[in-house]
Amino acid sequence: MNRYLIKGGKVIDPASGRSKTEDLLIEGSLIVERFSENRGVKTIEAGGLIVTPGLIDLHVHLREPGREDAETVISGTRAAAAGGFTTVCCMPNTDPAIDSVSVVEQINDQSKQSLIDVKVIAAITKKREGKALTEMGELVDAGVVAFSDDGAPVADSQLMRSAMEYAKTFNRPIVDHAEDLLLAAGGIMNEGYYSTILGLKGIPAAAEEVIVARDTLLAKLTGAKIHIAHISTAGSVDIIKRAKEDGLSVTCETTPHHLALTDESLCDYNTDYKVNPPLRSMGDIDRLFEGLKEGTIDAIATDHAPHARHEKEAEIEVAPFGMIGLETAVPVLINTAKKYGLKLEDLIPKLTVGPARVIGLEAGTLEVGSNADVTIIDAKAKVKVDSSIFESKSRNTPFEGKDLTGSIKHVFKGGKQIVIDGSVI
Amino acid sequence: MPLRSKDLLSIEDLTLENIDLILETASSFEEVFDREIKKVPTLRGRTIINLFLEPSTRTRTSFEIAGKRLSADVVNVSGQGSAVAKGESLKDTAQTIEAMSVDAVVIRHWSSGSAKYLAELIKPPVINAGDGWHEHPTQALLDLYTIKKEIGKLTGKRVAIVGDIAHSRVARSLIAALNKTKAKVTLVGPATLIPMDIDKLGVDISYSLDDVLEDVDIVYLLRLQKERQSENLLPSLREYSRLFGLSKARWQRLKNGVRIMHPGPMNRGIEIDSFVADNEKALIREQVTSGVAVRMAILYLLMGGAQVE
Repeated sequence: MNRYLIKGGKVIDPASGRSKTEDLLIEGSLIVERFSENRGVKTIEAGGLIVTPGLIDLHVHLREPGREDAETVISGTRAAAAGGFTTVCCMPNTDPAIDSVSVVEQINDQSKQSLIDVKVIAAITKKREGKALTEMGELVDAGVVAFSDDGAPVADSQLMRSAMEYAKTFNRPIVDHAEDLLLAAGGIMNEGYYSTILGLKGIPAAAEEVIVARDTLLAKLTGAKIHIAHISTAGSVDIIKRAKEDGLSVTCETTPHHLALTDESLCDYNTDYKVNPPLRSMGDIDRLFEGLKEGTIDAIATDHAPHARHEKEAEIEVAPFGMIGLETAVPVLINTAKKYGLKLEDLIPKLTVGPARVIGLEAGTLEVGSNADVTIIDAKAKVKVDSSIFESKSRNTPFEGKDLTGSIKHVFKGGKQIVIDGSVI
Repeated sequence: MPLRSKDLLSIEDLTLENIDLILETASSFEEVFDREIKKVPTLRGRTIINLFLEPSTRTRTSFEIAGKRLSADVVNVSGQGSAVAKGESLKDTAQTIEAMSVDAVVIRHWSSGSAKYLAELIKPPVINAGDGWHEHPTQALLDLYTIKKEIGKLTGKRVAIVGDIAHSRVARSLIAALNKTKAKVTLVGPATLIPMDIDKLGVDISYSLDDVLEDVDIVYLLRLQKERQSENLLPSLREYSRLFGLSKARWQRLKNGVRIMHPGPMNRGIEIDSFVADNEKALIREQVTSGVAVRMAILYLLMGGAQVE
């Protein structure tokens, strides 16, 4: 039986409120209080390191099936492990879309061969066309944790109402891609001063906010659980704060890149900064950080969106939206949070217990008896982002070459060490 | 190289000294136009590609004539019928061009930022002949040249740019150029065609042409693309013309010495009345003539040609 003594690290477990320097013991697949016997105990020196529950990412694109050249379940989960994640939720905008049990089973099969857990988010509507509901009951039986047409909103308000009510039957949340397609049509970046001087069509903050407002109203009407994905604007935070004060079952996430980068980054027309929702303004970032502090924002998710190199090597109006994020999330967050007087410890809840609660997952904690999903982080290590060594099949990161602080040292999944000294096994 | 940068991508990149150098050089080239043989051997043996991925007649022709008057070999490549139409990426087009050892590329592209992207891909100089809604720097330079020649110094002059600012690369380059030369700019148009936060560039905004008419020294009219109506940014061309068109009645209210400019092609009867377009206050033909001289200057300065004779 595996026995690991993780020695002298700063153990942070927001679920139990623990935050102190102590040892953490893993035996077999579980976290234990003491070993049943002391044979074969491997010691991991964690002095000066941060020991957290394995990180959970509610929002990744694994591109399987359909675009295995850009990412696969296997490569994407290796990238996740390298970034400290032990559970990821994959989005259904694949080809074919994840709208049937057979596609879910295909991913589940791949997931079994992966180092970490993949939870499937299935489509709300067949082919993600926004016309007819998927067979949610059957999909839930196949293990689906939530429903989303991510990449596209459900434009039809009546259909969205039905989706919320029907998903409520199975106690599963609707993960909402909040974008008014007509307001956003043809847009490339945030609408504002920079879109004006760059001559690029803008996507107004209101394109996100009108759907956030609509869907919180529908959540009130239906009593359903909704989770707003990748919020990017101050206005979205305000609307969700109000919805939470009204007692609605509304949760939300933002992303490391929306916390770290503004629309000014587009000034070189670098397609690696083209992302949807777009990078917004400094004022939006200020409000997102407030939202994290006050608890309006429940989770930080990467929206890891791999694209083949040749697709991003194009005119900015041609290149697809999206950036990868699994392997840079922790250092990017450490660096950007510093400016707001926050430490990594303060954000750990948004990467562990926060996302776990959104989808009702029994993970994201280091309590005795729970699964030994553990991530050990050196929050002081200096790193230079080098996408050539990424586990992801894609390289579309806006952080290439950046000097950041923070690296993932070790990761355990169900008691098995899957990242050893920064390298995925 | 007299200009510090490899390429000419935007007015934003140029210093006032760069602009003066281009305009002075253009002036010396314009003298060539009165000769019987309108050609200098400056760029003999050099090859220029006119890569026009969006339809254009006047800018392409102007660059072609400019190149030929400098004795360069000019090759026109358009979007239609080229490898681009077959789905070749700009990167591959760029590498193909570079492999043929051309000496400069003039690019017109429908996507903002494409000239910069091409410039990063290849070694020879790239000249932006209009990228999306972003910039059209040679247009702004020929406008400055025309104004300096016909009116004199720009400092303190009041310029109204009228029309579809939001979708205009001409406006963006012109605003940058006028700001650098310390002219006073007022943008005029309906709110649907004035982009967000453009006042941060230090320009005034007016939703009424009538309000600014009597204070300006130059009225610069932009071409109104007819699709703005189908996009519901305008109710009708008729109403646009009524509110923002330079009619004869409005023209009569202008101060003495006010000049009218337009980058062409004009929509007569929409942004400009025919009487106004053909009247002596209009500098529209002079702009076209200046275009060749200014583009000769730019090609010469970027391609490091021999001395002007």
